[in-house]
Amino acid sequence: MQWILANGQLLLQRTLEHLSLALPAVVLALLLSLPLGWLAARFSASRWLLVSGTGLLYAIPSLPLFVMLPAILGTGLRSPINVVAALTLYGVALMVRSVSDALRAVDPTVLDAAKAQGMGGWRLTFGVQLPLAIPALTAGWRVVAVSTVSLVTVSGVLGLPSLGLLFVDGFQRGITEEIVAGLVLTVVLAVLLDQLISLLGRLLAPWARRAVAA
Amino acid sequence: MNLFAQALAWVFDPANWAGPDGLGIRLAEHLGYTALILAISAVVGIPLGYLVGHTGRGRNLVVLLSGAARALPSLGLVTLLALWLGLGLPAPVIAMVVLALPPILAGGYAGVDAVPRTVTDAAKAQGMSPLQVLTKVEAPLGLGLLMGGVRSATLQVVSTVMLAAYVSAGGLGRPLFLGLKTQDYPMMLGASLVTIALALALDVVLAGLQRWFARRGR
Repeated sequence: MQWILANGQLLLQRTLEHLSLALPAVVLALLLSLPLGWLAARFSASRWLLVSGTGLLYAIPSLPLFVMLPAILGTGLRSPINVVAALTLYGVALMVRSVSDALRAVDPTVLDAAKAQGMGGWRLTFGVQLPLAIPALTAGWRVVAVSTVSLVTVSGVLGLPSLGLLFVDGFQRGITEEIVAGLVLTVVLAVLLDQLISLLGRLLAPWARRAVAA
Repeated sequence: MNLFAQALAWVFDPANWAGPDGLGIRLAEHLGYTALILAISAVVGIPLGYLVGHTGRGRNLVVLLSGAARALPSLGLVTLLALWLGLGLPAPVIAMVVLALPPILAGGYAGVDAVPRTVTDAAKAQGMSPLQVLTKVEAPLGLGLLMGGVRSATLQVVSTVMLAAYVSAGGLGRPLFLGLKTQDYPMMLGASLVTIALALALDVVLAGLQRWFARRGR
């Protein structure tokens, strides 16, 4: 407890560094998954390719991916871009399937009714299908946010500053409090982000009273 | 791409596979740890999951646990237990059982829970005891979903065994961290490529098993 009280400044700094890696990845994952998931929902040939392709991507262990990406992107091993790119890939791997499922789960009779009213093309997609899929999309995005916040910590073993560095430093110097503080802060951050997205989903889709099960 | 060529040259150099520090031993250790951790998690998790699915009690706890396992950073758990229990195998094994248990528990539960009520009622009407309903009806029908849980647990474990090397356990993380320390990037990348190949191979096999069981259960 002593250590935690004496190092509040450091803990705040690590938390902010953590967010600066996690938030861009969580947002980018959503932005990339929406068009990919739409493609997968729209054309069954691309669905198989996209869903199984991104599923395979998710099977790649995190530390090896952090090590491999610099050789592809030309970034440094300790570059934040490298970590954000890796986390974005995981987010996309998780999310493409849930976007596709969310869009396909929209009641076809509602879509038919919209078509009968003369809607079509982009208006049908953006005006009817996408808004109705919001509760399910929110559920998928929450999973991405939580797992991203947790995965950021792995980059600590490469020396990147985040809450993960508290584990590395605490382990090397034998400070239990530092590791416990890192664990608690990571979980709190994940839960906060999860609740924030859930709130956002309820604001955007107030008609869905009951959250869709993840 | 030159970096990949160097890394592959490292991987395919027979000299790097031999000896007590060779890739052969490291790969065997990695698979051995994974098997050990999955076996412990399965022995504890499958019966518990079946129990929850069969009785319907503790359902919320299973959902809560699988959510918590996703938020819990594996590196933090591994380093914390290593400080408490000392260097070596016990700390990472316990940490990974904690991480592998929730998906297996959830898979066992979901498999039993997904069996339609009419089917279990029909089994009961034929005079089956609760244990017979579980072992002869619910468990076989739920195998596909259970395998799904085992599959995500396996991915999690293969990935986390990498981190176990950080607290002085063996496995494919060893050459990766050695390369990090000695600034030997081809070695790091080589170890990463071997691990990725292992993870993908395991995932393809388990996905096949999952589909096969799911089809049989239909």
